[in-house]
Amino acid sequence: MQLTLWTYEGPPHVGAMRVATAMTDVHYVLHAPQGDTYADLLFTMIERLPRRPPVTYTTFQARDLGGDTAELFKDAARQAMARFNPAAMLVGSSCTAELIQDDPGGLAQALKLTIPVVALELPSYQRKENWGASETFYQLCRHLVHKPAADKPAKARPTCNILGPSALGFRHRDDVKEITQLLNQLGVDVAVVAPLSASVADVQKLAEADFNVVLYPEIGLAAAQWLQRQFDQPYTKTVPLGSHATRDFIVEVCTLTGLPQPAQDPSNAHAHWYAKSVDSTYLTGKRVYIFGDATHVVAAARIASQEMGFEVVGLGTYSREFAREVRDCAKRYGVEALITDDYLEVETQINALQPELILGTQMERHIAKRQGIPCAVISAPVHVQDFPARYAPQMGFEGANVLFDTWVHPLMMGLEEHLIGMFREDFEFHAGAAPSHLGSTRPAAENVAPVVAAPISAPVATPVTAVASPTAPAPTNTLTTDSVQKVAAPAQAASNQATWSPEAEKELGKIPFFVRGKARRNTERFAQDQGVATITVETLYDAKAHFSR
Amino acid sequence: MSTVIPIRAETSAQTSGCTDVVPLVERGQREVFCGLTGIIWLHRKIQDAFFLVVGSRTCAHLIQSAAGVMIFAEPRFGTAIIDERDLAGLADVHEELDRVVGQLLARRPDIRLLFLVGSCPSEVIKLDLSRAAERQNQIHHPKVRVLNYSGSGIETTFTQGEDACLAAMVPGLPASTDTAPALMVVGTLADVVEDQMRSLFDRMGLQVNFFPPRNSQAMPVVGPNTRYLLAQPFLADTARALQSRGAQHLPAPFPLGVEGTTAWLQAAATELGVAPEVFEQATAAPRQRAEKALAVQRQMLQGQRIFFFPDSQLEIPLARFVHRELGMDLVEVGTPYLHRQHMAAELALMPAGTRISEGQDVDLQLDRCIADAPDLVVCGLGLANPLEAQGITTKWAIELVFTPIQGYEQAADLAGLFSRPLKRRLKLAA
Repeated sequence: MQLTLWTYEGPPHVGAMRVATAMTDVHYVLHAPQGDTYADLLFTMIERLPRRPPVTYTTFQARDLGGDTAELFKDAARQAMARFNPAAMLVGSSCTAELIQDDPGGLAQALKLTIPVVALELPSYQRKENWGASETFYQLCRHLVHKPAADKPAKARPTCNILGPSALGFRHRDDVKEITQLLNQLGVDVAVVAPLSASVADVQKLAEADFNVVLYPEIGLAAAQWLQRQFDQPYTKTVPLGSHATRDFIVEVCTLTGLPQPAQDPSNAHAHWYAKSVDSTYLTGKRVYIFGDATHVVAAARIASQEMGFEVVGLGTYSREFAREVRDCAKRYGVEALITDDYLEVETQINALQPELILGTQMERHIAKRQGIPCAVISAPVHVQDFPARYAPQMGFEGANVLFDTWVHPLMMGLEEHLIGMFREDFEFHAGAAPSHLGSTRPAAENVAPVVAAPISAPVATPVTAVASPTAPAPTNTLTTDSVQKVAAPAQAASNQATWSPEAEKELGKIPFFVRGKARRNTERFAQDQGVATITVETLYDAKAHFSR
Repeated sequence: MSTVIPIRAETSAQTSGCTDVVPLVERGQREVFCGLTGIIWLHRKIQDAFFLVVGSRTCAHLIQSAAGVMIFAEPRFGTAIIDERDLAGLADVHEELDRVVGQLLARRPDIRLLFLVGSCPSEVIKLDLSRAAERQNQIHHPKVRVLNYSGSGIETTFTQGEDACLAAMVPGLPASTDTAPALMVVGTLADVVEDQMRSLFDRMGLQVNFFPPRNSQAMPVVGPNTRYLLAQPFLADTARALQSRGAQHLPAPFPLGVEGTTAWLQAAATELGVAPEVFEQATAAPRQRAEKALAVQRQMLQGQRIFFFPDSQLEIPLARFVHRELGMDLVEVGTPYLHRQHMAAELALMPAGTRISEGQDVDLQLDRCIADAPDLVVCGLGLANPLEAQGITTKWAIELVFTPIQGYEQAADLAGLFSRPLKRRLKLAA
């Protein structure tokens, strides 16, 4: 038994639902108790699908248990067949039905349906959602894929399938569009995308393409490996997440197909230049923590380190199936991978590491919020806002652009927050000041009164970490480790504080107001550490020298 | 409007309304929540209670999907996920449960009441949670009391989880030694509604206890002198348990809308001997205020045709409210379960000939709904967007359970929940 307050993944039958819902003419008959229909609303609310997922539940109740739940299942399957007329049917059990041991596969066989019926064995007490999706897609391929005709007509351009995208996938919709465009530009036609928007007839044709593109190994890898074993169909190993990985992906595709490699990146590849522009210098060495599914974590670590210039201080995944890949990845950054589905462990690690940016799931977003750390979402599970209306791929060059903006925004906002905290002392930004565009309505008394007194005497209310050096107006590395630690325990010194000499106070007034609070605090801290009772101009500059190391 | 509404079948409502209705009873796929979902609002109510579901990953996933962001505020609910070792008998399930409960209570020393909540898996494997609760009680006595109930889908539908939870608390309520009649209001109400009701009863000179209480250390007393009003329609087992402690039910419609609230208050006032002028004085102002606020909503909703899918058992009282006070026409009123006795006063007020359905075969009901082409459909989130995509305006039902809707001050808010989707459709169409 495991105590759980939060789970990163649902049960495996939800994975099967993701595959069934992704496809166009498959129906899933699920032996499940009343209440398991809750999973429908993941699709209708989070992904905002305008249709019901193609799932019929037997919804048995206690009074049915004494009777014939098997008959109930057969009725449900028969009725689903008559009503929805699917091209193939998935049958299986949810966790409770697994315990009552009816055999959906055998029962469905007894109905002698005229369509392919795929029986799913999804061990609910050992496996989880992604495994369920992967297994379902693999079983569908095994049951449906036809051997291609020996004398298939020659094609003008090489073709591939895209494997892995599903319903409820994080940005799957737009990733497919982006990678399809990329492949088309290279000269490759996409034959079938599966399971997303694929029909049974599409899946039957999978073996006819020249190779497979595995976009999401969590869901598509098992099927791709099977297709390789059965039909010698190669598959791509690189997931095109990030500019570098996208280039590697292009090389891989060109090697597989013998097509020429494009000479340069497309004109929309902005992320690379943005990261190089001087505005991004302050991103250098930012300490980042990464958690999510294996594919997105491994990719994010590479982007963070090589494309953004961050320092990866910790990473982990809830995907146990891909633990080895994530451990290998962690080694490259000199950290230990955290493989867990317990969010409390993730929280503990984040607490210990105190990163400056967290890249994770919606769970990490809430951990980050609690701890006041900037955060961006890179992986499922996600909430409704991460199924956006706008075009927002993660993969390919446009994906790299999206990632750059998404990751930097919380940091910019973090910086803004600190600056506003400092500006609070300024006459134009104090709490009582009206916004500048309402200047004419500003009460005359208020904008004068607190101005002069405030900067010198009022302590800074919020932690000020943005600027390490008191005199340099725009230093580059604004949020270093030690500056974070320096502000960790600021307030305690209040009782035995050193007094400021009038000259030092005056000198402090010369420092730009947006770093003045920081300078004051650092100086006082220094004075206290050194046992200085009166702060002189000398002390001020000693402190500056001390902290600017 | 008369403040006295005939509430007993034997007086005048013998043949009126839907009293003798034969509901359309259907069996088939049911698109409903299980009783575990009740935890979402129950844990907000009882502030020192923890709800530990003993179930599968599916149960944990359900609660987190339903709880949305609430899960992050160090929630007072969790799941002990049964794994293959428990099923294979490799681990002693009871020892495992001891371990998990120990771990939990060590983490949350502020918890004084722990519910072990049964689920479909725990019931199918016949895990005896009542025995487990007894044992935990011995281990953690006196700091923590441990109770158990079932919120499984095979036993309970959505709000019935609250019924099972409250019923589990009743045997432990302190016995009342008084003989003078005392009033108890049963069913979870939002704190703001509870405070309003308390002040209304105060003005009538009545002392009232609410059950469940906000804190497990303040359980109301119960005994033969207890008269209880049901604030919620889904409390069949709780009522039975209270009855067995000698308490007497005050039949009344449910406090939804002006009429429902007045009749509900009146039932208590009559039983406890409040003078009519005192009652009038206590209720006149809020009643008029609510009627005025409702009149605005009525303009929007008058004559609109409404269809209720089954969800919470609130459907019949809601249908009565929207029909009588907002002038809406009832196409179909679905309920997961029809308790005739508790619903008697409501049924008497329903327009005769209303199509009432009990249980569900969701595909057939959707066929009926689409054929009827109602103006507004009250349904769960699994159906709402798919119906909207077909051009049918919906009001998602869960909001009616999570929002304060009872009493005078909320009557217009409740009406607003129905008018908003229609208003929105008009705005976006323009």
